[in-house]
Parts: sequence; structure tokens; C-alpha cells
Amino acid sequence: MSTDEKIEPPSINDAKATAAIQGMSIVARTQGQLVRRRFFRHRAAMISLTILILVILLAYTSIGFAGIPGWWIWDYYTPGLVVNRGAPTLSVWPEFLGGNGFHIGLHPFGQDDLGRDYFALTMRGAQISIMIAFVVGIVSTVIGVIVGALAGYYRGWVESALMRFTDVMITIPLLVIAAVLGQKFGGSGPLVLAIVIGLVLWTGLARLVRGEFLSLREKEFVEAARALGAKPNRIIFRHILPNTVGVITVSATLAVASAILLETALSYLGFGVRPPDTSLGLLVSNYQNAFATRPWLFWWPGLFIITIALTVNFIGDGLRDAFDPRQNRVRA
Amino acid sequence: MASFIVRRLFISFFVLLGATFIVYILVSSAGDPRTALLESNDPGKANKIAALTRNLSLDMPVIPRYLNWLKGALGCFIGNCDLGNTSTGAVVTSQLSSAIGATLRLVVFAAVIAIVLGVTVGMITALRQYSGLDYTVTFLSFLFFSLPVFWIAVLMKQFLAIRFNDWLKSPTIPPWATVLIAALVGLSAMALVGGARSRRLAAFAGGALVTVVILVYLNLTQWFAEPGIGVVPMIVMSAVTAVGATALLAGFRGRIVLYATLVTAAVGVICYFALDSVLANPTNLIIFGLLVVALLVSAGIGAAMGGLYRSQAIKACMLTGFGCGALIFTANLLDAVPAYSAEVNGVVIATIGASTPNFQGNYWETWLDTLGHLILPTMAIVLISFAQYTRYTRSSMLEVMNADYIRTARAKGLTERTVVVRHGFRNALIPITTVMAIDFGGLIGGAIITETVFGWSGMGKFFNDALKIPDPNAVMGFFLVTGAAIVVFNMLADITYGFLDPRIRLT
Repeated sequence: MSTDEKIEPPSINDAKATAAIQGMSIVARTQGQLVRRRFFRHRAAMISLTILILVILLAYTSIGFAGIPGWWIWDYYTPGLVVNRGAPTLSVWPEFLGGNGFHIGLHPFGQDDLGRDYFALTMRGAQISIMIAFVVGIVSTVIGVIVGALAGYYRGWVESALMRFTDVMITIPLLVIAAVLGQKFGGSGPLVLAIVIGLVLWTGLARLVRGEFLSLREKEFVEAARALGAKPNRIIFRHILPNTVGVITVSATLAVASAILLETALSYLGFGVRPPDTSLGLLVSNYQNAFATRPWLFWWPGLFIITIALTVNFIGDGLRDAFDPRQNRVRA
Repeated sequence: MASFIVRRLFISFFVLLGATFIVYILVSSAGDPRTALLESNDPGKANKIAALTRNLSLDMPVIPRYLNWLKGALGCFIGNCDLGNTSTGAVVTSQLSSAIGATLRLVVFAAVIAIVLGVTVGMITALRQYSGLDYTVTFLSFLFFSLPVFWIAVLMKQFLAIRFNDWLKSPTIPPWATVLIAALVGLSAMALVGGARSRRLAAFAGGALVTVVILVYLNLTQWFAEPGIGVVPMIVMSAVTAVGATALLAGFRGRIVLYATLVTAAVGVICYFALDSVLANPTNLIIFGLLVVALLVSAGIGAAMGGLYRSQAIKACMLTGFGCGALIFTANLLDAVPAYSAEVNGVVIATIGASTPNFQGNYWETWLDTLGHLILPTMAIVLISFAQYTRYTRSSMLEVMNADYIRTARAKGLTERTVVVRHGFRNALIPITTVMAIDFGGLIGGAIITETVFGWSGMGKFFNDALKIPDPNAVMGFFLVTGAAIVVFNMLADITYGFLDPRIRLT
């Protein structure tokens, strides 16, 4: 941006004076308010957030969850009569364009080869995939923050031990260790699988948080807190951690996005969620050979995977922009 | 530097040791390799189970078994590798070496394409920040990030292989496709040019018109049924290569460089005719020799004609020479397509495996066979890495182009090409080199999913099959190679960073 000229920011009094002449008032905003404002003005992130919330609501209310019944008439496990080779009855093509008008029909996403309703199956897959992604995100973030904070704050042998351990974990490719753990724990249900994957996904965040801590612990306000006699616990959690919240939020969001793809990949390879339960990756894996004859069995779960991963990635991008202190202008 | 490397190697060794321990414990506890046998109805299963137990030392506790394995693995340092046997009794090391070969053929090709494409696109989007092109590429790279490989791979098989092969049987481009492709090319031309509206509209019209002409010409001459590069296109494309190389590496201020590259291109075109008999059925050695000769001759032309711009002329001529060589190679490949297509019953783009079983053909047909099998898995890998490289290059380039020394370079009157290529691009590449090195380390492990989808028997599939059993020795063999590659390439990344950016001190 060669044409951009750096203009010296006017002093606050000047700004106030100018604002007074123009009949405006200057509002003081906290850091949190600024971040929130910038995030809410990030168009791609807000659209993504809306879509993601809609998808989550659709997945969890339609067929119900944890024993609570949903509003959809079919469930995902009862086989039924296969109607018209199980073709989808969803129609969105309007009549004046030669279509059949908008109607949902009996099985909007079609049926699988056992006659189970494919909308219900896809929703079940989405429920499991979303649940795994969020649990992985939470578990990995908590561990990453703790490891990074301890290593960065205490230095010395604590840092050496924790960081060497992180190095060891980083040496093992993510998909490899996740597949090995999935082979062992995949049969114990999706929640166990999610926690176990979370246990290996924290390495990147731990390094980031440690870096932040290393620079923040030398700052004057930490020195001041220490001089006032604050205990390490208080310094870590009340003084330093709030300053790293941007890095952590962004990283946690991106961890959710990569966890979605990791889970689908594991289930696809057969090391993730096992039948009779299902996930989006497992659905794609089961029906990839049916693509030529019954493509809908393949399209729907894939579209849901992409939608979820894409929206979470965009939200992460919006958060990164919102937390970036160099971005002092609010994006239109 | 030496002390840094030694210390780093020492630490890396122990890191790798710890990692092997963790993986060994996890794999051994993931399941019993005898499960499949225990559940079978094989009459001799008692004997087989006993043999398997002996073979994998399953009667020993885990830790002594690990130490046993470690003893064999440490032998690799003195050239006596023993990574044990797989559950089927095969030697792990020999299986690994064939898997590594297959994987490298796949991923190196893909990585090179991804780097070249990703870095180029990233650089262009950085130079056209906040343009339509920038937003489109940003959206696409987010989309590629979010694509499950196995899903897009199935789509590719269907639309780029099966449907494309069907289409090749009677290749006519329908009018709507012509219009669509022309519009897309026009739009990208418009985005690339930038500047005033009239200039961009002209770029759109020009790009679209050229595309329509080319497509109609290809259609009328049935090019897709019998592809090839004719004499006139050969001359035009060689000249374009020469001009492009000059624009990239030297600029047009010193006309002499342009003349030198054009002479190189002319020599290339003459070689295209002169080498016809040599290239009828060559060997890899001949092709390599010709490449070396071509580079030497181009360097010679550059040195002889370059004058004041000698070093730039040599580089530009060598690039031109390489480009012309690639054109001649492609022309010969395309000439072989009809014969190859007839031999494989029209399955030009294959969906599975690394080569057509029992295929026998001349040099060019064998190449076509390899490429036809490589193209889909390569595209799948490129799609994902491309997104990553574009983002990295874009942000790195943006940071550099806002630096003070770029303003200085502009202020002292350098041309924009010099500023971008010499001052901007080179510095922007430094952080990307690190990403490349680390990426390459990861690639040795193979693309587990891609290899599974496309039936490519490389490292990824080896790991996948081994873990299904689960076969500890095979998984460990896989991990030892991947882990070592990651550790070594991480170290290389640090060292190259130190070399490229002298501000970084390695201690």
C-alpha cells in the first residue's frame, strides 16, 4: 500500500474539540467492547456464525438429543420401506422454471439402502461430529493453556520438561496418533473418542501461549503485581492470562475446525466413530461407492461437513481480525 | 553453527526416542494382532497363532518387547537395520523401502506444484490486496481448507476421470461451455490486470476473445481426439516463454536480454525438429542428458550475448531453455496420446493405483500411464496445500511490501518489477522456506487419506493397513521413518532460516 500515508493520530484533546464542533461526542470503550464491535462488523464472520447456529439448532432439535424427542417424524435407526430407490423428495425448483415447486416430501434427503430416513441419519451424524469437535476444542484448549502458562511463567526445569514433552508429541503426526488412539478408544463411544483426541491436539496452542507468557511476564504490570506481593496463581490467572485471551480464542476456534475434519477423516478410515452410531465421515465412507447410482447418499453429509468447517474457519478469521490490536479501524 | 547442529541432533534423538516409546505402548495396547485368527474357523489356527505369537514375541511384556525392538532399530546407525517382521512374516524394512518410493513419487510432484502455484497466487493477491481477485482467492482457500479430502476425491474420480474419459470418446466442446470458460478466463484476466476500468474491460474482452478463438479452433480441428503442438503454436509458445522469462528476471530496459532469450527460443524450436529421431523412443538418461545440454547451451547464449546484463541474461536464457525443453517434452507426450488411449480402452485418467496392470508401451506411453495415474491424487493433495501456501505467501508478502526498505527502493527510482521481484519477493520467501521444509518433512509420512482413496500403496496405506490389524512392528517402522523425517526437516528449517536471514543467530 504505497499510496497510504501515515497520518499522525491527533491528540485526544484535538479530537474532542473537533468532535464538539461537529456536534458529536466521543465514547470511551473498553477493550472487550472494541473487540466485540469489530467482530460484529465482520460480515463474513457474522454470516458464518448465523449459519453455524442454524445448523446446530437444526441438528439438535430435529431428531432430538439425549432422550428428548425432536420435531422430525423419522428416527435414524428404524429401517423402513424403500420408496423410489430411496431418491430424495426435496424439491426447491420453482414451478415457473419447469420444476415441481417447493415441497419437502416424505424423505427430503432420501433413504439409505435399509430404508432409513437419510435426513435423520445426516442430522445424527452432524450431532456427533459437532459434539466431538467442540469437546476436542475445549479439552485441547484447557490442556494447551495450562501447559503453555506453566512453562512460560515458571521457566527453568518446568519449562524444559513441558516443552520437551510438547516436542515429543509434535514429532508424532496428528493423524497418526489420533488414528492409533481411535483404534483403541473408537469403540467406547464418541464422547470418549473426543476427549482422547483432545488429549493430543493441544501442542500448537501450548507453544503459542508459552510465547505470549514469556514476553508478558517481563512487562512492568507483572513486575508491579509481584512487588505488591501477588502469588503466582493470581499473577497467572488475573494478570497475564486475560492478556492472552485473543490468541487463545482464535486458536480454540481453529482447533474446532480442524477437529471436525480430523473426526471425519478418522471415521472415514475406520478409526473413529463405529456403527451402530454414525458421524458425517462414516456416512461418506459408507456410501462413497454408491455415488454413481445414488449420489444423494454422498452429497448431503459432505455438504454438512464443508458447511460446518467453513463457517467455523470464517468465525476464527473474524475473531483474529477483531483481536488484532493493529486493526484500529472498524471494518465496514 | 556446528555446535548448534550437534546439540540439536542430540536433543532430537531423545525426542524421537520418547516418541517411539509412546507410539509403541499405544499401538500395543490398541488391540491384539491375533484377534482375526482367534475368530476364524481355520482348522490349523492353533499352530498359526503360536507362530504369530513367536514371530511378534507377543508372549513378552510390552516394555521388554519395546527394548527388543529398540535394539534392532538402533542397529540402523551402524547399517544393520532390523525393524522386525510384520504379522504376515514379511520383513518390515523391505516393505518400507518400496512404500517410501511410491509415496515420494506422489508427494514430491504434488508438493512442487502446490508450492509453485501457491506462492505465485499468494504473491499476486498480495500485490492486488482488497481486489476482487484477492477476495475470491481468500474465499477459495478457506473453502479448500474446509474440504474433506476423501469427499472431494470421490467427486474428482467421477467428474474428472470417468466423465472426462467418456467425453474424450467424442470430444466436442458445447457452445455453453465455450462461453462459460471464456467468461471465466476473461474475469481472471480482468482481476489480474487491475487499474482503470477501461483497461480492465479491455483485459476482459481480450482474454475472453482469445479463449473463444482457441476453443473454437481446438473444437474444429478435433484437437482433443488427436492432441499435439503444431509448428505455429510451438513457435508462438517458445516466443512467449522467452518474453515471459525476460519480463520476470530482467525486464525490458536492456533490450539485449530479450534478444538473447529469443535466440534461445529459436534454437529450441530448431531442436524440436532436429531431435525428432532421437526422441522417438528415448530413455530417462537421454532426456536428462538433453536437459543438461539445453541448460548449458542456453547459459552459453546468455553469456555470449548478454553484454552488460550478462548475469541476468544467463538466468533468463536458462529459464527459456528449460521452458522450451518442457514444451518439446509435452509435444512428444501429446503425440503419444491416441496410441496410449487405444491401448488402455480410453481410460486416460485412471482412478486407482499407480500404473495400469500389465501395461507395456514405449517411453512416452509409459510416461502417460504414470501421469494419468498421478493426476487425480496429485490434485487432491495440491488443493489442500495450495490454500496454505497462498495464505502464508500473501501475509508474508504484505508485510514485506509495507516495509521501509521497499519505500526506499521505490524512492530511489527502481522499476516496479525490480522492487517486487528483487526486494520484495526474495525477502517474503524467507518465512515460506521454513513452512516448505516442515511441510516436506510431514509429506514423507504420505497422505494417509489420499493414498487410501486412490489405492496408492505408499506409506499412508502401509500405515493404514498395519493399524487395522494392529501390527506393532509395521506401525513402528512407519513411524520411525516419518518421525525421523519430521525431526530432520524441522532442524533443516531452522538452519536455512539462519542462512537466509543473517539477523537470526543460531546458538
